[in-house]
Amino acid sequence: MASVCFYFQVHQPLRLRHYTVFDQSDTYFDDYTNGAICRKVANKCYLPTNRLFLDIIRRYEGRFKIAYSLTGVLLEQLLRFAPEVVSTFDALAETGCVEFLAETYYHSLSFLYSRDEFLEQVNKHVETIESFFGQKPRVFRNTELIYNNELATLIESMGNFDAIITEGADHILGLRSPNFVYHPKGCSKLKLLLKNYSLSDDIAFRFSNRDWSHWPLTADKFARWINDVNGNGNVVNLFMDYETFGEHQWKETGIFDFMRHLPEQILKHLDNNFKTPSEIVDCYEPIDTIDVPHLISWADIERDLSAWVGNAMQSNAIHELYRLEKQIKKISDEKIIADWRKLQTSDHFYYMCTKYFADGDVHKYFNPYDSPYDSYINFMNVLGNLHNRCSKQVLFDTNDITNKTFMGKNYQMGRRPRSRHCGLAKGKTPTDLKTQTVN
Amino acid sequence: MLGWEFPPFISGGLGTACYGLTKAMDELGLKITFVLPRIVDNKYTTHVKLLAPDYATTSALNLSGLTNVKFRAINSPLQPYLAPDIYQQQIEKALRQKKHGGNASSSDDVGSTIDYNCDMYTEVHRYAAIAAQLAKKEDFDVIHAHDWMTYPAGIAVSTMSGKPLIVHVHSTEFDRSGENVNQMIYDIEREGMHSAEKIIAVSHFTRSIIISRYGVSGDKVEVIHNAVERNGNSKWILNESGIDKDEKIVLFLGRITMQKGPEYFLQAAKKVLNAIDNVKFVMAGSGDMMHRAVEIVAELGIGHKVLFTGFLRGEDVQKIYQMADLYVMPSVSEPFGIAPLEALNNDVPVIISKQSGVSEVLRHALKVDFWDVDEIANKIIAVLKYPPLRETLANYGNFEVRRLRWRDSAQKCAKIYEEASAAVC
Repeated sequence: MASVCFYFQVHQPLRLRHYTVFDQSDTYFDDYTNGAICRKVANKCYLPTNRLFLDIIRRYEGRFKIAYSLTGVLLEQLLRFAPEVVSTFDALAETGCVEFLAETYYHSLSFLYSRDEFLEQVNKHVETIESFFGQKPRVFRNTELIYNNELATLIESMGNFDAIITEGADHILGLRSPNFVYHPKGCSKLKLLLKNYSLSDDIAFRFSNRDWSHWPLTADKFARWINDVNGNGNVVNLFMDYETFGEHQWKETGIFDFMRHLPEQILKHLDNNFKTPSEIVDCYEPIDTIDVPHLISWADIERDLSAWVGNAMQSNAIHELYRLEKQIKKISDEKIIADWRKLQTSDHFYYMCTKYFADGDVHKYFNPYDSPYDSYINFMNVLGNLHNRCSKQVLFDTNDITNKTFMGKNYQMGRRPRSRHCGLAKGKTPTDLKTQTVN
Repeated sequence: MLGWEFPPFISGGLGTACYGLTKAMDELGLKITFVLPRIVDNKYTTHVKLLAPDYATTSALNLSGLTNVKFRAINSPLQPYLAPDIYQQQIEKALRQKKHGGNASSSDDVGSTIDYNCDMYTEVHRYAAIAAQLAKKEDFDVIHAHDWMTYPAGIAVSTMSGKPLIVHVHSTEFDRSGENVNQMIYDIEREGMHSAEKIIAVSHFTRSIIISRYGVSGDKVEVIHNAVERNGNSKWILNESGIDKDEKIVLFLGRITMQKGPEYFLQAAKKVLNAIDNVKFVMAGSGDMMHRAVEIVAELGIGHKVLFTGFLRGEDVQKIYQMADLYVMPSVSEPFGIAPLEALNNDVPVIISKQSGVSEVLRHALKVDFWDVDEIANKIIAVLKYPPLRETLANYGNFEVRRLRWRDSAQKCAKIYEEASAAVC
């Protein structure tokens, strides 16, 4: 029996605008670029692929199933710039064949730096998904599939998850196969699903590569590889970026046709089926325990964190960011908290990566900066401004309590116009729907 | 090889480049005769002593370590980077000195009986004539001429010997003078490029100028990037400079001319000083915009924060690099720009103008448009404020520079020589 489990990561970061040390404004994000990219990706990928999957799901009457993880920052952007995409996701949710996973709302690395912040972001995401799609996520995936034993026990202690997803990295598996359900070390009930990176990357990275010996990849050929798993595994976890369809692999490569024909080819073999991650969890028992004492991720060959915190600039930027946590949470200004959290999105640190800078490769994709140095400078300038805003707020708050005589003056200086939130609410973003949880 | 200047008598990157390239070619075993002008101005007599003055027309000079290179010097007041009007001033100065009993030049030498009444144009051609004479006595396969002043000499030698001419473009009149080109120089450059069998440009940036401005066909122009000598780092102790230890130093090093963008450096300095205080700006170099630069400093009211060092050589250059926290090259139009490589060699991070050839070979550098003073200031502040940025830039930059070797440039050159010889024969 081989169950094929598709899960797609759907995410777009909020890119920063060009921000010099002389800037004073508290508008950090480049609405124009973010809107333009969001609409472009919506037209090339999200809309056509969603339509395709709706089509396939209807055609196979419940036999084709997939899962998504949509980040909060993406949902906010879709609502503003391409709301029609949200309604197609809604339609997909209504088919009952689509599962939504949980992750950190801001696609952040918060697990590494602040457990409190991490839990808040996961809860915020779970509530957002529930309010949008009417289902409570049962399976968790961390940003960039970053994982270790500690994460598994933390997720289990939250109580509402049945499984967690990570990379089927060779060095954690040893001779074992990723095509089974496992048990994370230190957990009692939680199950572990591992990405079959080889078969996933055949679609996500190699599909259009003409130097690849298996090019061109047809649905028929891929189905044969899936059939080979029969007898030697229960599941094939195909996890990839949703942008694979139409963005990383252009429409002209035939990726949509491949996907259209794949279910038919896979279902030809009577032992095969499609399952969502939580169905896999319900269906199969773990065959072994996986021990991951050190952090892993799904990135690059190293499968480590070096793409986000590998150089001095990255680790400096991220430490400075999380150092503000206490101060920011003390002053309960929603705009400041939201800005701080949007800066946590992992992409901001990915842009600062110098690893393959000289060769120029996949790291360049969607990177709005000419160099990692520019991205660091920009980020630090924004962070500097955010820090100043906090300090001013603290000044105002303490004056408010201790020194009432100066209150009038400082009030002018330190206050945030409260009305601004009403302005934001126009688009009815998920942040506004869920502001209660932030406080 | 027809050159301009050679260490230790240098006034800019051209001498450094000629030295690096010649040294690497020497190591490859190429035999080179290096011909260069030798000024007879009194100011330089100390250096002239270093030459062997017993040659009649020319002087041979021996530099240690270069086994396959012969030097031939031609007495001439030509100097690189001279504009004709300044040349005229210098000639007048030399004339005055001569009147007051200056007898530095031995008048029985053929080449040194300089007609001081001639203009630069005549001098360039007189230089060409002597070079052609000189070439009769030498045996060679190709002629390699560096920058415009030697092109007429290159053409003359090539015509006479039938050997192919290769011109090496380190800069063009458009880099030095913007749109106000000197027609005479442009014509010489153009003629040199069109007479040459092959043209070597120091960057793609320069290659495109050669193609678009001089009407040269692209397949004739090859790019050979400059490199940098790796010299041993001896650390200097700094206490004689009048700069506090906790003050950061931002360095401008280059000729203070329109081409190098000193005014953008100073305007950025002003903006930086508005934001942070513990920083000094050092301008090392001299040039025709020196006075203007001092005026700008005064106008901006940042005199206490800007130091002028004048022209630096040898050890002083090393020293200033080692004192600096950041090197800025805001050139308006820079064919290559070796100085940033030297800075990185000394672990100093660099901000370079996008309008430069060196930005083609450096990735671990901050890049700016020379006119974008706000962005220059923004980046200066960032480097001074965030140590991780400075470290990352310096570490990766230094590593990157190590891979730029003159040996590779010399090999490319040798290949072009072969092609050129084959084409002519």
